[in-house]
Amino acid sequence: MSSITNPAGAMPAAPDTEADAVTATAAPRRAWRAWAGVALLLLVLLLLPFLLKNYRVFQLTLVLVYAIAVLGLNLLTGYNGQISLGHGAFYALGAYIAAILMDRYAIPYWGTLPAAFLACLVLGFLMGFPALRLGGLHLALATFALAVAMPQMLKWKGIEHMTGGVQGIVLAKPEPPFDFSLFGVELGADRWLFMFTLGIAALMFWLAANLVRGRIGRALVAIRDHPIAASAMGINLAIFKSLTFGISAAYTGVAGALGGIAVAFVAPDSFPAFLSLSLLVGAVVGGLGTIWGAVFGAVFIQFVPNIAEGVSKSAPAAIYGICLIGLMYLAPTGVMGILRKVFERLRRR
Amino acid sequence: MGSIRIGLAILGLAVAAATGPAAAQKKYDPGASDKEIKVGHIGPYSGPASAYGRIGQAIKAYFDKVNADGGINGRKIAFITLDDGYNPARTVEQARKLVEQEEVLLLFQSLGTPSNSAIHKYMNQRKVPQLFVATGATKWGDPKNYPWTMGWQPSYQSEAKIYARHLLETKPDGKVAVLYQNDDYGKDYLEGFVAGLGEKAKTMIVARASYEVTDATIDSQMVTLKSSGADVFFNVTTPKFAAQAIKKAAELDWKPLHYLNSVSNSVASVMKPAGVEAGIGIISGFYIMDPTDPNFQKTKGFGAWSDWMDKYQPGGDKKDNFNVYGYTVAQTLEQVLKQCGDELTRANVMKQAASLDLTLPMLIDGINIKTGPADFYPIEGEELRRFDGASWASMGKVYGE
Repeated sequence: MSSITNPAGAMPAAPDTEADAVTATAAPRRAWRAWAGVALLLLVLLLLPFLLKNYRVFQLTLVLVYAIAVLGLNLLTGYNGQISLGHGAFYALGAYIAAILMDRYAIPYWGTLPAAFLACLVLGFLMGFPALRLGGLHLALATFALAVAMPQMLKWKGIEHMTGGVQGIVLAKPEPPFDFSLFGVELGADRWLFMFTLGIAALMFWLAANLVRGRIGRALVAIRDHPIAASAMGINLAIFKSLTFGISAAYTGVAGALGGIAVAFVAPDSFPAFLSLSLLVGAVVGGLGTIWGAVFGAVFIQFVPNIAEGVSKSAPAAIYGICLIGLMYLAPTGVMGILRKVFERLRRR
Repeated sequence: MGSIRIGLAILGLAVAAATGPAAAQKKYDPGASDKEIKVGHIGPYSGPASAYGRIGQAIKAYFDKVNADGGINGRKIAFITLDDGYNPARTVEQARKLVEQEEVLLLFQSLGTPSNSAIHKYMNQRKVPQLFVATGATKWGDPKNYPWTMGWQPSYQSEAKIYARHLLETKPDGKVAVLYQNDDYGKDYLEGFVAGLGEKAKTMIVARASYEVTDATIDSQMVTLKSSGADVFFNVTTPKFAAQAIKKAAELDWKPLHYLNSVSNSVASVMKPAGVEAGIGIISGFYIMDPTDPNFQKTKGFGAWSDWMDKYQPGGDKKDNFNVYGYTVAQTLEQVLKQCGDELTRANVMKQAASLDLTLPMLIDGINIKTGPADFYPIEGEELRRFDGASWASMGKVYGE
């Protein structure tokens, strides 16, 4: 990372220290409240699975998985302004890497995450280079092509012996490493997987939050808003944009691996082009350019289709569309935008 | 005073004795109660195999009749059916929903080899019956390793062996081209066919072509197969592609000895869309009555089926053998649940499913349903029939029993 901070360090130092000085006094008070809030949230999340049935816990695990995936996309599209309609492909790659390692090479489930992270980091970085030549809509189409091609590439006969072809790979659900029960409810595979995913999610969210709060985050936003000015200030656009692509892909790849483990099944048709679109929907609905927005986006992706199916058996997609359009009109800056307005109004009072 | 008390005590004991054992016999697993039995079902109501959605509808209509007639041992059937679009990933989702959210007693007639493969391990881990699956893959009859899964229709391999036997008997010097779906279902048929031909398989099979169920057409595969010079065609396709294959063969002016797998011999869903003239001469295996055969239409069983169609599926197509299939398999479950009596546990459901010995009105004469603790293949017999442009005419012999 030090090679990255050098270009960013070329930015004038003075504004940095001024801004830091202003926030220095307010920082400890705000930091204490923020930490307490997060700790409380984590406590609730640790207790919640023991109050819910297995199926709900499974659904919440998927919410966490989508949250990590949407966060990855948000880093690229929200903070860095590169539109990607192909993140479902990285999700699929992460899932398949986890499945193949677990099924064919007997690697334990937690060992597959670093592999998925690294593989998608490298692939995302490599995808970042051609992306440099494309902007806006052209990049969106190029990434969309990747999303559309992915299910059929996964069915390719040449790699069928590894991927299991159209039938995919069935995985065994990981059992908890110790016995535990709370409120008379056993830990079990579903709850353990929720805790594990929660831990990974917390780690990845913390890393992302630190990333965007510092110089790198400012560089990303500068590239998004004024790329020429950013480049004039010494930010190396090529390296930054490619690395952002890589990290974003890595985040979504880890999410894919966790998703594959949670569902215990991967098949080419589990990752249609619609998944890529869903991730973008989640990023926008949650709030582009925010960290916590990813969580709200994930809740939308996971639960709104189910609710839509409950409302109408024959046209659930139409209900989904209506919800989405409604949200775009009422909350164009996403859920985080609404929350921010609410907080500001409370603070003014 | 004392005698009244003693009398009351004796009366109380008598009542307890009368109701006690009876109450103890009622055993329920999730999904069963005094009032209802929850039966889960997953089928392709959308997607490339949506022709099969009619089976789910027929089953629902049959259970409507059962409920109208008072239910099974006084309990109504709550039939919960979900769509998976023939997409194994969605099957996994829907199976979890049925088992963990709806808490059904059993999963009945889930359709599709890839779909059932995706949930095979899960259902057995959860110890929930995956009963009478709507696929003939041979692997469903494995009580030792998968005691909670059971098929219903004749296994694909045994059906393919029947075709191979017929081919060796009638055209031992034939050259065979095979078209098959590239998944466990297609490969199962192919494996059985190759095994049935024995040593002659290598010389007789001159061409093989596969397709993905998500492909739009199989026209290019058909051209390849015709150009191989084969004069026998083994057609292992699901309804949509079967109709395409039959139509294309006629367009290419290719008239081989054509064996069509039993999953696609529906007159309404395949033969008509393909064009009935194109289908003349095709041979397929049957275990349930073809509703277009005038000989079957005279039987008493057909009469009862026809009445049921009129009352419970008034818009339904009486030429569609999916309606016969759904009717018959639902009757099989009805028998199993009847045999369970008041002990509606999942283990007992499997136990009763493995102790069946019955004939059903819409099964072809000579074919019955028989299972045992080591025999998880309920139907094993099949009759070969040839399409004559209007219906499937019997060739006279029942194989495989």
